[in-house]
Amino acid sequence: MSQKFVLGYFDDEETLMHAIEKINATGTKIYEVYSPFPIHGIDDLLGYKRTRLSVAAFVFGCIGFSLALFMQTYMLGLSKWSINIGGKPYLAWPDFVPVTFEGTVLITALGMVFTFMWVNEFFPGAVEKQPHPRVTEDLFVLAIKSEDAQGSDVQSIMSSNGALEVKEEEVML
Amino acid sequence: MYESPYRRPLITGDDTTYKKISDDIIIPVEAKPTQWWYMGFAISLAFLALYVWAIGYLLWNGVGSWGLNKTVDWGWDITNFVWWVGIGHAGTLISAVLLLFRQKWRTAVNRSAEAMTIFAVVCAGVYPLLHAGRPWVIYWALPLPNTYGNLWANFNSPLLWDVFAISTYLTVSVVFWYVGLLPDLASVRDRATGLKKKMYGIFSFGWNGSAKAWSRFEIVSLILAGLATPLVLSVHTIVSFDFATSVIPGWHTTIFPPYFVAGAVFSGFAMVLTLLIVARKAMKLEDYITLNHIDVMCKIIMVTGSIVGSAYITEFFIAWYSAVEYERYAFVNRMFGEYWWSYWAMMTCNVITPQLFWSQKLRRNITAVFIISIFVNIGMWFERFVIIVTSLHRDYLPSSWAMYSPTWVEISMYMGSMGLFFTLFFLFAKYVPVIAVAEVKSIMKTSAEKYMKITLEKEKAEESAQHSHESHHA
Repeated sequence: MSQKFVLGYFDDEETLMHAIEKINATGTKIYEVYSPFPIHGIDDLLGYKRTRLSVAAFVFGCIGFSLALFMQTYMLGLSKWSINIGGKPYLAWPDFVPVTFEGTVLITALGMVFTFMWVNEFFPGAVEKQPHPRVTEDLFVLAIKSEDAQGSDVQSIMSSNGALEVKEEEVML
Repeated sequence: MYESPYRRPLITGDDTTYKKISDDIIIPVEAKPTQWWYMGFAISLAFLALYVWAIGYLLWNGVGSWGLNKTVDWGWDITNFVWWVGIGHAGTLISAVLLLFRQKWRTAVNRSAEAMTIFAVVCAGVYPLLHAGRPWVIYWALPLPNTYGNLWANFNSPLLWDVFAISTYLTVSVVFWYVGLLPDLASVRDRATGLKKKMYGIFSFGWNGSAKAWSRFEIVSLILAGLATPLVLSVHTIVSFDFATSVIPGWHTTIFPPYFVAGAVFSGFAMVLTLLIVARKAMKLEDYITLNHIDVMCKIIMVTGSIVGSAYITEFFIAWYSAVEYERYAFVNRMFGEYWWSYWAMMTCNVITPQLFWSQKLRRNITAVFIISIFVNIGMWFERFVIIVTSLHRDYLPSSWAMYSPTWVEISMYMGSMGLFFTLFFLFAKYVPVIAVAEVKSIMKTSAEKYMKITLEKEKAEESAQHSHESHHA
């Protein structure tokens, strides 16, 4: 669904950050910033909370750990067809360390990546919701919803703070 | 963050811009491949064909077509398996361990090193699969219920741990690599038109470069790096358990895990250098993979080479110190027995050649680095050969002592696996930006020659202004 946005185009991350500070001072809500590479410190300026992906990682880690450990315990010790290996203990715990570790890592990594794709709505063939194709090259774009920009002078703040161009446009973001 | 002006630049050239970085790295993907690419690709395909032929022959005739016998039942197959897995380790080290340590030079080499990891692990995986003899029932190694023909898999066996370690390693490396690729595939997509745009659009998953996506991207990369770091250590540790948990003199050694991991990193960096020295020249990426990058990698080779060297010596000392006559014999036999030449090849290539890197002149001499990196590759192959074959060929029963030499099938499979590796690498170099474009851009302001000069001049100006101010007051 496309919407009307005020878009400020920048060619440098430092001028962009400066402009964001100025806009923040007016209290206008910034919708999103698009850049060719991660900009250090921009999360704080945009008021983004730290992503909870690390919590997801921990949960997946616990699942992987339990699954791997249970699998080995069940197959070697609990199931009806557990194998007697040279009369050694059925449940030789130290032997379970490597596979438990690998299972933990595997489930965590896969779970993390799928969560990452899920929250970003990334999937094979997804249409990119970006304001300009050059944001993956050398363009930095600051987007503010037109309704939020109403009544404030964000357009002139952007152009007086180093924006190459400021436009109001209907785009899908 | 303060950046020392004396640090060497990681991006050279006086006209670096974000746009230029994209152009330099992505144009080889967009342009028609050069003649060199076609030639290299054709040669790789020829070797790949040899591989397919040798494997076909092997499957038709059975493992008896290898030179293995009752005494030496692990030969080139396991040697090559361990060699390839080891080569893979440098990629993960660069992309994960150096990410955790915030090493900026990583950005220029992580993409290709990680691709190399994946391809090397693929090459490695084929060997145990075929060594199993009947690869069509390899699923017996998976934890499946008895109705599938196997009994429950035996989790007390290091060989089974290896199945889990290698498959986890391959999977995690692939997802880590692919997540890192998304921004750059999107970059190719946004520059392209028509069918190309569509294809790269599908594979870039709708990446849009938003600050939210970047913030999540960085956390995911960090956590994956945190996972991959112990993983890479565990993989070669477990590979070394294949040997260390046995009761064969020469294998039954507690030093194996760290020694194998160091050796893996050592050989992996050698392979990274071998590949990148050619790739940077062929793809005109000298501004991004600079002499400074080669220099630091040589230092890592020197350090890991020294670790490996001291492990050899420690092993030898412990064999003597243990006073176990079989253990002593195994090591003396390595040095002066029938396979003495492989031992001395290993010692020369792995212990002596990396020490040459104490000289900065050699570290910054591309031809010398290329030659030494090949020596290291050869040396590490011999290390595995020495460990496997010399330990096995003299067993406890002198009547079963035997010699081993490979047949044409083993030799073709080894050369052929190079074909597979290089075929994959050539495809990678054609279809994917070989350097992480976005990551290089993120270090441009701090580490490009052009910007470092500007910063330095600014500092100098400030300093002299302060100076004149002070002298004025005095």
